[in-house]
Amino acid sequence: MRFDTVIGLEVHAELATATKIFCACTTKFGGAPNTQTCPVCLGLPGALPVLNKRAVEFCIRAGLALRCEIAKFSKMDRKNFFYPDMPKAYQISQYDLPLCRDGFLTLDCGKKIRINRIHLEEDAGKLTHSTGTERYSLVDYNRAGVPLIEIVSGPDLSTPAEAVEYLEKLQRILEYLEISDCKMAEGSLRCDANISLKPIDREELGTKTELKNLNSFKALSRALDYEIKRQSELLAAGQAVRAETRKWDEAKQQTLSIRSKEETQDYRYFPEPDLVPIELDPAYIAGIAKSLPELPDEKKQRFMADYGLPEYDADLITSAKRLAEFFEAVNAWYFNPKAASNFIMGELLRLLGEEQLKSAEIPVNPASFGDLLKLIDEGEISVSVGKQVFAQMFRTGAAPEEIIKAEGFKQISDETQLLAVINKAIKDHPQSVQDYLGGKEKAAGFLVGQIMRETKGQANPKLLKDLLHRELEKLKE
Amino acid sequence: MRRVSEEDVKYVAGLARLNFSADELRTLTGELNRILQYFAKLNQVDTTGAPPTAHVLKVKNRFREDTVEPSLPREEALKNASTVKDGSFQVPQIME
Amino acid sequence: MELCDLTIHELRGLYARKEVFPSEVLASVTRRIHKVEKDYGAYLTLDLEGAAEQAQAADARIKAGKALGVLEGIPVAIKDNLCQAGKEATCASRILQGFVPPYTATVVRKILAQGAVILGRANMDEFAMGSSTEYSAVKESKNPWDPQRTPGGSSGGSAVAVAAGEAIAALGSDTGGSIRQPAAFSGVTGLKPTYGLVSRYGLVALASSLDQIGPLTKDAEDSALLLNILSGFDPMDSTSVRVKELDYTRDLQQDLSGKKIGLPLEYFGAGIDAEVKRTVMKAVDLLKELGVEVVEISLKFTEYALPAYCIISSAEAGSNLARYDGIRFGKAAARIEDNLAAFYTRTRSEGFGPEVKRRIMLGTYVLSAGSYEAYYKKAQQVRTLIIKEFNEVFQQVDAIITPTTPTTAFKFGEKSQDPLRMYWSEVCTAPVNMAGLPAISIPCGFSCGLPVGMQIIGDHFMETVILNIAYQYQRVTDYHKARPEPVRKEGTA
Repeated sequence: MRFDTVIGLEVHAELATATKIFCACTTKFGGAPNTQTCPVCLGLPGALPVLNKRAVEFCIRAGLALRCEIAKFSKMDRKNFFYPDMPKAYQISQYDLPLCRDGFLTLDCGKKIRINRIHLEEDAGKLTHSTGTERYSLVDYNRAGVPLIEIVSGPDLSTPAEAVEYLEKLQRILEYLEISDCKMAEGSLRCDANISLKPIDREELGTKTELKNLNSFKALSRALDYEIKRQSELLAAGQAVRAETRKWDEAKQQTLSIRSKEETQDYRYFPEPDLVPIELDPAYIAGIAKSLPELPDEKKQRFMADYGLPEYDADLITSAKRLAEFFEAVNAWYFNPKAASNFIMGELLRLLGEEQLKSAEIPVNPASFGDLLKLIDEGEISVSVGKQVFAQMFRTGAAPEEIIKAEGFKQISDETQLLAVINKAIKDHPQSVQDYLGGKEKAAGFLVGQIMRETKGQANPKLLKDLLHRELEKLKE
Repeated sequence: MRRVSEEDVKYVAGLARLNFSADELRTLTGELNRILQYFAKLNQVDTTGAPPTAHVLKVKNRFREDTVEPSLPREEALKNASTVKDGSFQVPQIME
Repeated sequence: MELCDLTIHELRGLYARKEVFPSEVLASVTRRIHKVEKDYGAYLTLDLEGAAEQAQAADARIKAGKALGVLEGIPVAIKDNLCQAGKEATCASRILQGFVPPYTATVVRKILAQGAVILGRANMDEFAMGSSTEYSAVKESKNPWDPQRTPGGSSGGSAVAVAAGEAIAALGSDTGGSIRQPAAFSGVTGLKPTYGLVSRYGLVALASSLDQIGPLTKDAEDSALLLNILSGFDPMDSTSVRVKELDYTRDLQQDLSGKKIGLPLEYFGAGIDAEVKRTVMKAVDLLKELGVEVVEISLKFTEYALPAYCIISSAEAGSNLARYDGIRFGKAAARIEDNLAAFYTRTRSEGFGPEVKRRIMLGTYVLSAGSYEAYYKKAQQVRTLIIKEFNEVFQQVDAIITPTTPTTAFKFGEKSQDPLRMYWSEVCTAPVNMAGLPAISIPCGFSCGLPVGMQIIGDHFMETVILNIAYQYQRVTDYHKARPEPVRKEGTA
């Protein structure tokens, strides 16, 4: 039997507001337990929520970027359930009238993935479970009340690879919008997946399972792979897939059932009486729309068109907004896109490290970087010296000229000086010279390497090649 | 109107995290049925076209600015807790 | 007449002329408390030492001729569901035993800023659910007019304190009648402001869309004075309304001629005690003599207002009371099992009284899968019709007059075993909360020696109109000045 895979993702992103969604406590990550709470986010009797304006704005930014309709009339609702990380025993969320609905996100192949809804809600506190014999849990409410958006896709993803691409694109967009840190490791971006299989000749969807605890791209991909295999084996054996919630177990590399759908909670949603409806002025929404930055896919296309970058380069450089902005700033100062791209992809990314890229400032001044590229292009220094200079610029923030001067990195373009080194090399490596004279042109490359080492990479490469060639040809005669 | 059974009442008690003895459950089921019977009076009202009212006044768009203010000192946040450990609220083991 | 039997406005006059000082008034109130509190049980906790300090500070300010707050040196009681930092707030429930809020309710902050002397925390029905204080987990408060009878509720302790001179005025809260009904039973003046006029921040919620804080006082003028302080926009309460600041004493003196009052037939029908009706009608006749035009009106959704109110208030209450789980605050059950769900259930089952559990069960049921449409949504739709009907009536009249309660004060045990009979106590008051309207209950006579309350309902934010009518009525009557027998005796002794 052959099956189509049907996947939908529910993504939660913590919004990068300064304060919580309903109170003025800070949202800063990593504070000592329960030092960022107040009567409101602790759910003390008598305390009341007041909605953070920026959280609403951020949710709308996400909605507009994902081509959603923004609700003319929206409201908050209570979702009732007991859990110690939820201090009021209800979560303030949105039920039937989310702020954003009916949008889409386009994959590279052109396939549109529907975004059913984006709604605003509050995060829960953090639970730590005891590991010893005494069994208890500890609750830290610092995170309770941090604003979240939940982005619900349609069941339009057909492979784990598409799911990963969707999530990557989503992450990139939210990061571009500067509304979320999107760090999966810190939990500021979280993903649940719904997955079902259906025989390819049938219309109706199969029974789905909900997968939780997908805390990395790898976990998402593997959990979906695992679940496809598990469900297809069940179906092939004529057994039914149970509607249930399953958790990805990283250690065991499998999904485990945690709750059947029959035990589905009765959340008793109803309109939050402590918060009034949201009815946004179209002009306000238009204002937000106008303020949206260029989004990753548009930027990528533009980088290919305007800078002539290959797709691979454009994709990588637009993977983080900061990086793309850096690239443009460099080229505004000194225009050599491909050289800039090569340096960014090779040197900068290596020095920054993948994760740092999203948050950390790039410690290199774009103009200085442009100067460096110019110095290379003008033959002042070689590319390999350029890389050394760049590493120092990254560490110290110094200008390239200063580094070159201090380190004596200036390129050797003096013929007499170079000829001395060349002749030494010819003398030291007679075998290579023989090889060259015997027709092995490549042997010259070895000699160039030796000379470069001797000159600490400062030999003007073009001049060196010309002179070496001339000297070797002389020997032929 | 559907009458509620003791089973229904037990289910609702579970949702509300309340426990009742067999006697209490019987009494409560009777009371709830009488009250629900009274509520059923509302079925006499034709509410076609009447939107539900959640808020009596037409207040809308009440927001606060995203400005940080000091949180409670931790000892204040924890002072009413029944059990505290390592600066956190301690709760019994959660069994899924 | 003792000092403790005076009103805020009378004391303000005496203070201004330096004829009397707050410490003397507090001493008088304290004497009264020592004398009657053991019989009436108005308070859950008293802080007379703290009050004495506040009073002395007020003495000093008065003597020094400093600018005085509106409530400077006025001893008041506050209902036990209003938070004050450092003061235990229990809502007369076991589950909140020992809860000491780290913050202060907006209204408490406001009265303190105006120099009020807080005497203590008044008894109430547990979590404000009830109409007699019989559902207080701590004790019953007695009606000073007949201690065999309840003072009404849920703000019963507040009403008793004012009626018996154990406080000059008090704060209460009203969700379906919890200020007006005890005011009527105890013979005092009780005002429920327009929903949103007074901040709810720091009021332990019963039903968020219906709750409103208001004053219980000895007359309408004091209500107006207190409302001046309580009202106003609060950024901490999203449902609080930005309205122009108003002096609610402004229109008290206005002539009533030309005012039009509606008498809704439905509030004078079956289930309303004949003597109560007669007494209120007599009061209406007196208002006619003061120049008021009276017209009969019909509010045909009245009979649906109470069931709809019960559904909505229970639903909101069930959700609001879910947070009482013994973890962050309040009294927790012993941790005998290593299981969170069992701990929750034990804490809640031990901590809540029967009426609270009943309402939580009702509220949970009407929101649960399969019941939402039939009950909760239906009730919200009926609410829309109730509001619409009131709005239409207020196109024609300035105020509506009804009895506050269907009967005078009932005896202990008379209704406490039958929830529906208890809910009926709010039949005249709950529709007002459903529409978010302001209403005041004032004493308008006696039936078999028990006070009868007249309810004057106004359009949204028209507190000035109902206060004006109440004031003018009280100007020509002295029902509001009558004191219960034991108090009178003490007064003359």
